[in-house]
Amino acid sequence: MKTILTATAALALGTGMAFAAEHSETVRLGTEGAYAPYNFLDDNGEVAGFERQLGDELCARAELTCEWVTNDWDSIIPNLVSGNYDAIMAGMSITDERDEVIDFSDPYTQPDPSVYVSTMDDVDVENAVVAAQSGTIQAGHVASMEGATLVEFATPEETVAAVRNGEADAVLADKAFLMPIVENESELSVVGDDVLLGGGIGMGFRESDGELREKFNAAIQSMKDDGSLNALIEEWLPDGATF
Amino acid sequence: MFAYCTDPASLDGLAWLACYLTTGKHMAFYASFGTVMLLLAITAPTALLFGFGGAVAARARFLPLRMLGKTYIAIVRSVPDIAFFLFFVIALDQGLEYLRLLALCPDWDQPVRQGNDFVVCSAAKLPSNSAPQWVHEVYGFLLAMFTFAIVFGAFAANVLFGAMMAVPRAQIETAEAYGMTRAQTFRRILVPQMWVYALPGLSNLWMVLVKATPLLFLLGVEDIVYWARELGGSVTPRFSDYPHGDWRVWYFLALLVFYLLLTRVSEIVLERLMKRLTFGQATTGGMAA
Repeated sequence: MKTILTATAALALGTGMAFAAEHSETVRLGTEGAYAPYNFLDDNGEVAGFERQLGDELCARAELTCEWVTNDWDSIIPNLVSGNYDAIMAGMSITDERDEVIDFSDPYTQPDPSVYVSTMDDVDVENAVVAAQSGTIQAGHVASMEGATLVEFATPEETVAAVRNGEADAVLADKAFLMPIVENESELSVVGDDVLLGGGIGMGFRESDGELREKFNAAIQSMKDDGSLNALIEEWLPDGATF
Repeated sequence: MFAYCTDPASLDGLAWLACYLTTGKHMAFYASFGTVMLLLAITAPTALLFGFGGAVAARARFLPLRMLGKTYIAIVRSVPDIAFFLFFVIALDQGLEYLRLLALCPDWDQPVRQGNDFVVCSAAKLPSNSAPQWVHEVYGFLLAMFTFAIVFGAFAANVLFGAMMAVPRAQIETAEAYGMTRAQTFRRILVPQMWVYALPGLSNLWMVLVKATPLLFLLGVEDIVYWARELGGSVTPRFSDYPHGDWRVWYFLALLVFYLLLTRVSEIVLERLMKRLTFGQATTGGMAA
C-alpha cells in the first residue's frame, strides 16, 4: 500500500511538472447536462443548450479559454468548492442557502417561473403528491407546503417519468424545462398558475474566487447592454422574461 | 456514421435505427462498457491485495499493526459507500494537491482553507486546469479505482480474516510439529488452505462490485447506468435529431442482459477456481477422504 501511495504521489507530481509549463489557465465550467433547454447533451454527447451558447460567448468576451465538464447534480457544489472545476453553469437559481456556500454572478435570466405539470387537469396541487428534483428550489418549495407530499428524484427526467406512471400527481420544475415536454405529449398539461421562485439563474463561483466572478459579471453586463443576452433568451427560453 | 444519416427525420425503420444507434452519444455509451470492465479488472485484484493486507494486519501479533488492521476493517465497512465516495475522494484529491502545493509553490502565503473553499496555487492543481479533458477523466478514474479498492478491500479483509480462522487448527499444529516457523506455516499451510473458505464470500463481493459502478458518476466518470438513463430519457424534437419517448426500459433491459451475462461468466469462472483450490482438501468440495 505504501508503494502504491508513493507511486501515485510521484505520478501526481510528475504530471504536474509537465503541465506547469503551460501558462494560460483554462476555466472549467461544471454543468449537469440533463436539463434542456438550459443544458443537455446533444446527439454527439456534447454539452449544448442555452447555457452552452451563453457560456461560450461569455468566455469569448472575457478572453478566457473554457472547458465544459458534466457532473452529478447532488455533488455539483462540493466539487466546485473543492476545486474540480471553477464555475457552475447548470440552471442554478440564486438562493440564500446556496449563497452561504458559494458566490453567484449577476443573474443571466430573470427569476424563472416554475409550473406544475400533471396528467389530470383538476389536481389540487396543494394537497397532492408532487415530484421534484432533489436539492432544487422547487423541492424546497414543495417541502414547505403543508398539504403536499414531496417525492424527490435525482434527475429532472425521473420527475416527469414519475408523473407519467402515476407515482406522483404532479411535477414542479422550471417552466422552460417542462414546456417542450408538455407540447410534445398530449397527456401532460400545465396545472394552475406560474410559481415564482428564486432570484434568477446565475453562475456559481467559489467564494474565494472574486476575480473570476468579476470577469464574468462584466461579460454578462456587456451582453445585457448590447441585447445579445435577450436574443439568446428568446431563442432558448421562449417563455422567459428578458432584461 | 453512415452517409444517409444527414437527415434522420426522413428515415424510418432499420435505417433510422442504424443511424440512431451510431450517434456520438451512443458511442460514448458503448465505450463506457469498456470503462466499467477496465475498472473491474483493475479494482478486483487491488481490493484483494488490500484485503489480504488488512487480514494479515488484523491477526498480527504486534499490537499497533493489529489495531491498524482492525480499525481499517471496522471503519470502512461502517461508512456508507456514497458518503465514502463523496468525502474520501475529495479529501484524497485535496491531500494530493496539498502535497503538491508544498512541493511546487513554496512562496504561497494564503490559507489553504478559506471558508468552504479549498484553494491551492494553480500549479498545484491536480490535474492542471489546462490539461485536456481526458487527463481529468483518467485522474477521476484512478481516484475511483483507489476508492473502490479501499472500500472493497475492507470487506475482503473481513472475509479473508474469517477464512484464515476457519482453517482447521490440526493443520497448523501438524505444521508446527514438523518444525515450521510461523511464517512458513502461514505461507505453506494457512494461505493455500484458506481460499476454500474465502471464495464464497469473495464471490459475493465481486458481484456487489460489478453493480456498484454507478457510484462513478459522483466523480464525474460516466458509467453504463448513467448513459442508459441519459439515452433512455425522452427527448423532444427541439433538442435532438432523434426524438423519442421514455425508452429507459429498453436501455435498462440491455443492461440487464449485460449484467446477467457477466454474472454467468463470473459464476463459471468462480466454480472452476473453487474446484482447483479445494483439490485434495478435506472438505465436501475437495472430496478427499
